[in-house]
Amino acid sequence: MKEISELNFPDDLKYAEDHEWARMENGEATIGICDYAQDQLGDVVFVELPQVGDTFEKGQEFGTVESVKAVSELFTPLSGEVTAVNGNLEDAPELVNNEPYAGGWMIRIKPANAAEMDELMTKDAYLAMLKG
Amino acid sequence: MNNTVGTTGLVLNEPLLWEMGKKGRIGFSLPRSDVDPAPLDDGLTGTGPDFPDLSEVDIVRHYTRLSSWNFGVDSGMYPLGSCTMKYNPKTNEKQASLPGLAQAHPLLPPQLAQGALKIMFDLERYLAEITGMSAVTLQPAAGAHGELTGMLLFYTFHKSNNQQRSKILIPDTAHGTNPASAALCGFTSVPVKSGAGGILSPETVAGLMDEDTAGIMITNPNTLGLFEDNIRQVADIVHAKGGLVYADGANMNAVLGIVNMADLGVDILHLNLHKTFSTPHGGGGPGSGPVCVTRELEPFLPVPRVVMENERYRLTYNRPESIGKIHAFYGNFGIQIRAYAYILSMGADLKRASQFAVLSANYIKERLKGVYHLPYDKPCMHECVFTDQNQRKHKVSTLDIAKRLIDYGFHPPTIYFPLVVQGALMIEPTETEPKENIDRLVDALIAIAAEAEERPELLTEAPVKPKVRRLDETAAARKPCLSG
Amino acid sequence: MRYLPHTDDDVTQMLAVIGAASIDDLFASIPSDCRRREGLDLPAPMTEWELDKHMRKLASDMAVCPEHLVFMGAGSYDHYIPEAVKQLLGRSEFYTSYTPYQPEVSQGTLQAIYEYQTLVTRLLGMDVANASMYDGASGLAEALLMAVRVTHRKKVYVSSLCHPLYRQVVKTYFEPTGYQIVELPYLENGRTDLSKVDDLDACAGIAVQSPNFFGCIEDIETLAKKVHGDPKTLMIVSFTEPLAYGLLKSPGSLGADIACGEGQSLGVPRSFGGPGLGMFAAKKDYLRNMPGRLVGKTKDLEGRRGFVLTLSTREQHIRREKATSNICSNQGLCATAAAMYMAALGGTGIHALAALNRNKTAYLQGALKQAGLDLPFAAPTFNEFVVKFPAGFAETYNRLLGEKIVAGLPLESYYPELRDHYLLCATETMDREDMDLLVKEVTS
Repeated sequence: MKEISELNFPDDLKYAEDHEWARMENGEATIGICDYAQDQLGDVVFVELPQVGDTFEKGQEFGTVESVKAVSELFTPLSGEVTAVNGNLEDAPELVNNEPYAGGWMIRIKPANAAEMDELMTKDAYLAMLKG
Repeated sequence: MNNTVGTTGLVLNEPLLWEMGKKGRIGFSLPRSDVDPAPLDDGLTGTGPDFPDLSEVDIVRHYTRLSSWNFGVDSGMYPLGSCTMKYNPKTNEKQASLPGLAQAHPLLPPQLAQGALKIMFDLERYLAEITGMSAVTLQPAAGAHGELTGMLLFYTFHKSNNQQRSKILIPDTAHGTNPASAALCGFTSVPVKSGAGGILSPETVAGLMDEDTAGIMITNPNTLGLFEDNIRQVADIVHAKGGLVYADGANMNAVLGIVNMADLGVDILHLNLHKTFSTPHGGGGPGSGPVCVTRELEPFLPVPRVVMENERYRLTYNRPESIGKIHAFYGNFGIQIRAYAYILSMGADLKRASQFAVLSANYIKERLKGVYHLPYDKPCMHECVFTDQNQRKHKVSTLDIAKRLIDYGFHPPTIYFPLVVQGALMIEPTETEPKENIDRLVDALIAIAAEAEERPELLTEAPVKPKVRRLDETAAARKPCLSG
Repeated sequence: MRYLPHTDDDVTQMLAVIGAASIDDLFASIPSDCRRREGLDLPAPMTEWELDKHMRKLASDMAVCPEHLVFMGAGSYDHYIPEAVKQLLGRSEFYTSYTPYQPEVSQGTLQAIYEYQTLVTRLLGMDVANASMYDGASGLAEALLMAVRVTHRKKVYVSSLCHPLYRQVVKTYFEPTGYQIVELPYLENGRTDLSKVDDLDACAGIAVQSPNFFGCIEDIETLAKKVHGDPKTLMIVSFTEPLAYGLLKSPGSLGADIACGEGQSLGVPRSFGGPGLGMFAAKKDYLRNMPGRLVGKTKDLEGRRGFVLTLSTREQHIRREKATSNICSNQGLCATAAAMYMAALGGTGIHALAALNRNKTAYLQGALKQAGLDLPFAAPTFNEFVVKFPAGFAETYNRLLGEKIVAGLPLESYYPELRDHYLLCATETMDREDMDLLVKEVTS
């Protein structure tokens, strides 16, 4: 597993305590897990995602991500309705490892509460949390 | 590395069954037919499964070669913590294959099955004596099956008191089967953090125990190889709120003849015959997980019960409060025979088995503690837990140490369990391992620690000597190929 | 004692390294109120020779073939097991090995189980099979729980012609769950009656056994079509005699979603009911909900083929309380035995042996009918069937026990409406003379 300094955390994203990231685009939030999370998990073998149309409250479990020897729950950093899920992850779960912020995105949500975005951490705050 | 146990050797490749054979071959002596053919309707029958046709020689070569790729207890030392890989006596195999026992139909009228019924009756008594509990069922087919039985007993006991409790307390050091078994019975597991010394603290348990908690599942000695010193207090706290105490007896090998489990406040205890009582692991099973209970819980045990009247044995289903049945018949009888034969061979020497098991584990702990990090530096029971903390700076992990040990000619210890210790390496020698082998294992681990410093690639690229190198488990999980 | 190699010298040396004065000191941390005060009250240890004598005596107090003629099946079957299979299974590298968590030194077990899984999928016509459950009964219980998991529905139907002891186990497993089990009645012809089921959309799964407890072969295709009238409901086909599928169309080819049952017939001795072999197979859509271990094929660092346990995240050691089952130890050695047996028989052999079983039973049925006895269920059978003996047959039955003949299994305790009905079984191990003797004795 890598040192924190070797990992990548884009500036333009917001981060949650349990290592999810969120990016707002055209009124929708794309959500995935960050580089630290995928590095800790190891090779991802399976991702279990919800259906389009499902709704979640902030902090609820929306799916799971599996490596060979572990399962982690995924918690949504924002409340809202799922508008898209990344179907590519079924055949290529390694996208989560290789492109956690791009091809490894997991779900898209129409946020129910715009203010929740501000409750998430900036890159600096998240890094401070990781190191602290 | 020249004088190690592990060496190279010629093992032979062998294809998959359906990559061999020729249509029309057979490896079975088909019995002669002395009756007329009576075919069934065409609509019901097919041409049969697509199995390869093989000769007897094909089969014998095939499985002989496959067996040569395995490392068993008979091959060498197998220090898997919490598994108790002790020697599997050959006489036990002979007794289990006696035709009178091996060929017996389970539903024979009792007068035609006295031998089997006596074995079950006596084994129940012996296990009760050994554990200090009052009544035993042999029906569960494995430890986890015994845990399920225990959870059903919890449920039924509380129901008989018109209660339906929803929670079970489970220490964070517990084997994964514990919360899984609780969940099968609809209970929610409440994790109990272990105290600083690696054992349960009564205060923590008291803080969690309430009248909606059915009870606690503990392992004693626990999965760190430590005796739960506070177990009586913990049991009192649970009992005071009407709960029951379930003990996972996987680690009984440390305390045979030394501890009376009932005195500890245990209400239900399961045993693993395939650990403590020498029955073989069979490459994954079959095991046997008898459950021992207090007098108060006896009426709830699964049916049928074996009863004796005037030296004659029979089975009875007349137990209205029983939880029911968890196995079609009486459990893994063939495994019960082996344990029965073992107990008859050992007698009270079972206590010496525990004494030597604990002696050997403490010896290993002392010899290795300067070299590997020991998270709990206190006397251990029959197993000791180290970590890879001292070796991490060389970029090697517990996994690498385990794989390198294979090249030295040993089966690795248990790795990454219990979860509360990062990078755990759990070593259980058992009492059947001669001291010279124990010394060789320790020497090998010391040599590997030195290799970690000087040539870590020997660990990260290990093993090199077995039939295959490290396998791609990621690919196996991403694109499962589960049949050919 | 030959299993305890430590000499006094060994003990002295080890204590010195530990720094303890005696072995007792090693147990000092155990609180005194937890210590056992009395010694172990067990019989004095037997020598190997005393044990042999003791066990021989116990084994002789048992009724087995060939001294006895035991015409019983009912979930435990008498089949010949080749000596080659017995000896191969006796190789200690197979039976003294642990679960193959370290695959590099367990390729023998892993390939053997992968082969077992494959042969099971071919026998049952399914996509994927696991490495075994404990027995047919617990397998059926797990199949029904799996159906509940997959469909999120809380009701299951189970045929009353599934083995009565299996149904008891299912009931026990379901007791704390709150899920509902409804039993399906049977028709006059000895098959399951599905006609009254009208709430498939509330039903997680429907389980039948084929051949069923009366020995009758169910019309799985018709049953499955009805069950699949609802797209989510699962068709579960259980069995106690897998040899039947050497001859009959496989459950998978007839519409089963899960096929599970007892594999003891395939090279595992009866052994008074255990260890058995829970065979379990399903369609690939349900793979991630399957209980039990799975062996998968992969490659090693040098590109060589190898096998590993896989999809372990379904299991208890990773998923803990959310696991698909709590199962850890399975019946691995029995699965290995079954694979060896199926390999020895081969495709040609299993078809011939199954046909022979059917022919033997047909002969016995014919002879009993000719002797004037009533065989009440008209549906076709494999190697078991029900006979209705005249009232008061129990006396004859008991007399025959004394003459070393077990004339079937009385059904009254399982089906109170079937007084004087007996379940008889004849496999390839019954000679014609044995069957003629039975017919003679039950009609005398």
